Amino acid sequence: MEVRFLENDFVRSYKKYSSAVEVEGISESFSKDVLRRFTRNKGAVIGCLSIFLIIVMSLFGPYINSHTYKSIIIEHSSLPPKVPVLQNIGIADGVIDGRDIYLEKGFEDIAYIFGTDTLGRDLWTRTWVGTRISLYIAGLAMFIDMIIGMSYGLVSGFFGGKVDIAMQRFIEILSGIPNMVIVTLLVFILKPGIMSITVALLIKGWIGMSRVVRAQVLKLKEQEFILASRTLGTSNRKIIFNEVLPNILGQVIIMSMFSIPNAIFMESFLAFIGLGLQAPLASLGVLISEGFKSFLVFPYMVAIPTIVLAILMLSFTVMADGLRDAFDPKMKEM
Amino acid sequence: MENNILTIRNLDISFTTSSGSINVIRGIDLDLKKGETVAIVGESGSGKSVTVKAVMGILSNNGVINDGSIHYNYLDDHGNATQRDIVGMRQKDIRKEISGKRIAMVFQDPMTSLNPTMNIGNQIIEGMRQHYKTPKKEARAKAEELLSLVGIDNPKKRMKQFPNELSGGMRQRVVIAIALSCDPEILICDEPTTALDVTVQAKILELIKAIQLKTKVSVVYITHDLGVVAKVADYVAVMYAGRIIEKGTIDDIFYSPRHPYTWGLLSSIPDIDNFEEKLYSIPGNPINLMNKFEGDAFAPRNEYALNIDHRVEPPMINVGGRHEVASWLAHEKAPVLEMPASLKRRIENMLKEGY
Amino acid sequence: MRKYILKRLGIAVITILSILLILFLMLELMPGTPFNDEKLTVEQKVMLEEKYGLDDPLLVRFGNYVKLMVQGDFGISYTLQKNMPIAKMLKPRVEVTMTIGLQAVLLGTFVGMILGIIASLNHNTALDTAASLISVIGVSVPSYVFALGLAYLLGYKYHLFPILYNPSNPGISSVMPTIALSMFTVATVSRFLRSEMLEVLGSDYILLAKTKGINETSLVIKHGIRNALIPVITVLGPLVVSLMTGSLVVEKIFAIPGLGNLFVTAIQVNDYNVVIAVAFIYSILFISIMLIIDILYGIIDPRIRLAKEGEH
Repeated sequence: MEVRFLENDFVRSYKKYSSAVEVEGISESFSKDVLRRFTRNKGAVIGCLSIFLIIVMSLFGPYINSHTYKSIIIEHSSLPPKVPVLQNIGIADGVIDGRDIYLEKGFEDIAYIFGTDTLGRDLWTRTWVGTRISLYIAGLAMFIDMIIGMSYGLVSGFFGGKVDIAMQRFIEILSGIPNMVIVTLLVFILKPGIMSITVALLIKGWIGMSRVVRAQVLKLKEQEFILASRTLGTSNRKIIFNEVLPNILGQVIIMSMFSIPNAIFMESFLAFIGLGLQAPLASLGVLISEGFKSFLVFPYMVAIPTIVLAILMLSFTVMADGLRDAFDPKMKEM
Repeated sequence: MENNILTIRNLDISFTTSSGSINVIRGIDLDLKKGETVAIVGESGSGKSVTVKAVMGILSNNGVINDGSIHYNYLDDHGNATQRDIVGMRQKDIRKEISGKRIAMVFQDPMTSLNPTMNIGNQIIEGMRQHYKTPKKEARAKAEELLSLVGIDNPKKRMKQFPNELSGGMRQRVVIAIALSCDPEILICDEPTTALDVTVQAKILELIKAIQLKTKVSVVYITHDLGVVAKVADYVAVMYAGRIIEKGTIDDIFYSPRHPYTWGLLSSIPDIDNFEEKLYSIPGNPINLMNKFEGDAFAPRNEYALNIDHRVEPPMINVGGRHEVASWLAHEKAPVLEMPASLKRRIENMLKEGY
Repeated sequence: MRKYILKRLGIAVITILSILLILFLMLELMPGTPFNDEKLTVEQKVMLEEKYGLDDPLLVRFGNYVKLMVQGDFGISYTLQKNMPIAKMLKPRVEVTMTIGLQAVLLGTFVGMILGIIASLNHNTALDTAASLISVIGVSVPSYVFALGLAYLLGYKYHLFPILYNPSNPGISSVMPTIALSMFTVATVSRFLRSEMLEVLGSDYILLAKTKGINETSLVIKHGIRNALIPVITVLGPLVVSLMTGSLVVEKIFAIPGLGNLFVTAIQVNDYNVVIAVAFIYSILFISIMLIIDILYGIIDPRIRLAKEGEH
């Protein structure tokens, strides 16, 4: 190795140690960090977008045409989907087994994007109204679960001692009862309706949330800033709201996200076994249950709401997964 | 070169990470002679563990050996003298011929090094069965002997126990027993005592020394603790930022260190006899190898740096016998610089007291 | 260890009693139940009184009820099969449902294990992503979607398997329902095993085994899979739940004469006794399986087993 020596090479440089040499990693705020991790997860972003799209459709979709979710035009019964643009490529062209049904019945000038059901109701409108209702039930259940679960977990964890033990015992016994049994029995007793289904979902839905909240509260209780507040004489209520709550919010949001697909599923499950909303009300579950009756002959009737349901559940699960990883990449134990 | 068992030359290793490639080992030369104990010293991140992992062939998947050779001289299964370059070997072959059989390793954390669902006996005999097809009965007998050798009482009972039934110190002894099970020539110990209590530390070090006397195995110690080095090493290599910056016999390093980093390391050992002086610590933090730099990696923290240290990386310069330094201060053109006075005094005291 | 088992047993018993209480209250308070039905004939009323002691105080009635249920006396069906003792109705149905359920669990676990292990050994390759994709879909999409899809494609379009269940040909006609039911299991097991394997394969003791010179196969099987498999038992809980709910819909879609189908039909015709009896059976099954899982886990993992023994 040939080195060219300079004149004052072998003189001491006396350079002071400067910390400017060290390049520190750019520190970001916690929420920026979470956002960054979340957006890196392609699946989660796709899931999020899908949900957004579906919600938009459920809100505005029904207004695209003039049909309502219960308007019956019996002559139009059982027409397959016909989409004006796609029909040229051969998808959704109103054809079953090679027969153009619209042509046969003399309806060349009308098109039902999702087709119609056996009573001639527009499936496009019914699907989106149904999605609205399914989302509503799931959202309501999730919201009330959150409130009950958070309160229960907070009280149980914060006060500890005998209160905690008793409350946890109750949960242990309640968990032993299979959810399906309880939900089915309840809706059976209360007769199916939006409120009864929501109530049934509440019976056991809050348990997961309360467990997570309690675990967080227990962890936080040990930390010093709680002790500091207490020493300053802050009341219990203030401590719970100002110190504990902000720290558990992240977990709570994630748990709620996870509970939505389950609620959507339960509602559709109930409809399928005959305990769903009564006609002409439509929810995704009701549509699937109705469509099933003729599913070999007219598969589109059951396929369309099923696909919407599957996409919803998939998207929520993937998004919740992504959120969980974004908040804490190590938190895999939920 | 004759009684070298391990000859490392120009070893250069990089890791690919999501933020780019890091050159963690930047050209290392090191020899291990038969029966010798070599200690590799350095801060975390200096590359000491990576070096021995390359020797064992257990470099992680994102590691790439860019250049260099690790020549291992040994007697093959038929008794013929062979030399192989571990760098070129396939993982399969390294595991078949070298790992466990000729070179064995002891890891740092005994709590996680043992399989929690396999009993002690099976973990010890596994190597023997794999390499020598030793019949079970014979292997078990040898395992019990090994357990006694490493100082574990009641070997028969211990064989059937599981790792979570043993204390940390005992687990580490088991790990050593496993390492010795196939009669290796070289034992690599990666910070074997760091995770243990101080009292247990001393015992383990004594154990390894005793085993060395008995079996004449050559040992490589990785450590950041100069106290350990003083106790066990014959030859020392000091690493910084992926290079060996000074190497020599233990006397060379402790009594006539030449590199300012080594001065810093030695100065930062607390000295019980000296009450007045502040505890010395090398300013700043180890360099981030992700960033490009010119010259000597240690220059920014080196108060004895010469101008050329900021321009050109110093080569290894021989300063007598097996003592080599990677510092421009050892160059003929460099001014003669003495080690810090406090260090000088301390060494003189040590010499006087006959260490 | 014994304390652990006793505690779990105690809780199981209390849970069963709670369920019986709920069912009992249902019978007492709901209009139209056999206890309250105005349409009952005199003879039926007398028989009921004798059996259930309808004039006795509440607690005694409850005790009586518990005794009867626990002995398997579920009364008779009113609507589905008039005057047929329910216990008799249940037996063949339980067999069918259990058989298909068991098939689904075995298939699901086996396939799930293979998927999970392959995914973990090929970490971050296309194979891994594909396996993960299948897992996510299997976990999020309900079993009836698969059932419908399978029935339409494999059954109707391509005539590979019979769509309707045929009791005289249980093998092939249970293929599609078993597959549909097993999807959740496949997905859950594979996801779980993959993450466990990745953790185990990255552990220090695997590294140590490598330095011992252990070959790749032994490493993966003896050290890797063995350690990763143990926690799989923890996943069995939600699996049982999914099988229960799944059985209801899958049985309806494929017209399988099982417990689930009975439950659904009884609900639709308001046959309270049958509904309650089936609800009870499902609950017992669920609680027993969870109990067994809990105990098994304590036995299999030597860390837990020995830690507990060490306490004595």
